[in-house]
Amino acid sequence: MGVDADAATSTQDEICAEMAALRAGYERRGSDTEPETQPRLDYPPYRSSLLRHPTKDLHHADPETIELEAPVFGQRDVGALEADLTIQQGGEPLGERMIVTGRVLDGDGRPVRRQLVEIWQANAAGRYIHQRDQHPAPIDPNFTGSGRCLTGEDGSYLFTTIKPGPYPWKNHRNAWRPAHIHFSLFGTDFTQRMVTQMYFPGDPLFALDPIYQSILEPAARDRLVAAYDHGVTRPEWCTGYRWDVVLTGSHATWTEPDDGGVA
Amino acid sequence: MTSELTPTPDLTPTPGQTVGPFFGTALPYAGGTDLVGPHHPRAIRLHGTVFDGAGAVVPDALLEIWQPDEEGSVTTEPGSLRRDGWTFTGFGRTQVDGVGHYTFTTVDPGATEPGRAPFVAMTVFARGLMNRLFTRCYLPEDTVALAADPLLASLPEDRRATLVARRETDGGLRFDVRLQGDAETVFLAYPRHARH
Repeated sequence: MGVDADAATSTQDEICAEMAALRAGYERRGSDTEPETQPRLDYPPYRSSLLRHPTKDLHHADPETIELEAPVFGQRDVGALEADLTIQQGGEPLGERMIVTGRVLDGDGRPVRRQLVEIWQANAAGRYIHQRDQHPAPIDPNFTGSGRCLTGEDGSYLFTTIKPGPYPWKNHRNAWRPAHIHFSLFGTDFTQRMVTQMYFPGDPLFALDPIYQSILEPAARDRLVAAYDHGVTRPEWCTGYRWDVVLTGSHATWTEPDDGGVA
Repeated sequence: MTSELTPTPDLTPTPGQTVGPFFGTALPYAGGTDLVGPHHPRAIRLHGTVFDGAGAVVPDALLEIWQPDEEGSVTTEPGSLRRDGWTFTGFGRTQVDGVGHYTFTTVDPGATEPGRAPFVAMTVFARGLMNRLFTRCYLPEDTVALAADPLLASLPEDRRATLVARRETDGGLRFDVRLQGDAETVFLAYPRHARH
């Protein structure tokens, strides 16, 4: 491959040139080609992906019984206070307090009810509670950055947290991740399992970030960006962001488009 | 402000993103590896190693499994995150260790329908892996059912072997995951997944 994973030898300009070439290739694709709405597994500007992406095509499988169900989580699994990341350690964490809320829908627009949503994030200074994170920004003793909740009957989730800061990483020299919150989601089928990242509007690091740019279709990429919502913002308390998640379609009521049979 | 009024949403699935390196405080949990207790009469070890395309171990992957019980029933019991030590919830999650190795304590999954090949569904997450991967870990014993399995039958022989666990002398199952390379594990796309 000629490029060493994790070596941090490339410059930002070199990474940007590689991303621009991949983008140009995508824009030249045939008009009959479907838009690429998921990240490319093989995306060399993200150096750690070089040896970690499958080289063979994903193999088509019709989901079987176990894959058509998903683990069930309940109030035994998730306490109501776990959705508030600002009250976990006895003191107020530093930073911009905010609510992030939205709905989890399946590919047919149905709410995903009573299902687990997990998040993790850096603190306001861009530091994670993790040994691997050696960024010399302060750890906030009042902020662990992890939370969980169950969606409501309408598929809604709501977390109270602190706006995370951007942080440096070693993909290339002077590499910085746009501020983000990691989300882990389950659906009603195990085939809907997903992990993603939510970003904030207008981040100047978007164009420079190979993880965000690994989604080649701009409209798909944009869907990872939350919207500021003044209706969520609370007076004298915190700002509010709204972000909805659409999982892949459930197969439970899926009808084969060609022959009308039920999968 | 009328944030209750939601316009018709775009139902294209939201893109996935890498799990990154910092999930350790959020996703792994105590008891995540133990679908049954070690003293369960038919407890087995399901274990293996995650490798990258150079054959090096991947020390920062996260694996999840989801399986039926020994009779092939799919449970709807909650409690995977806070185990009571007795209820089989069918779900497990673990971070691999520093040498890329994972271990679950579970039971053999049963066939969900008579004659079908039993398997454990697995998802793989890792730093450097842009999106989660799905695979299956089949039990090796029922060769008739394995030969008739639609997924396995659709694969060339050498690829098929990557989905079948090896039974060990202590009754455990060995199932390695190879993200890339000649012996690359077969990873799955389901009909309603976006093609990219």
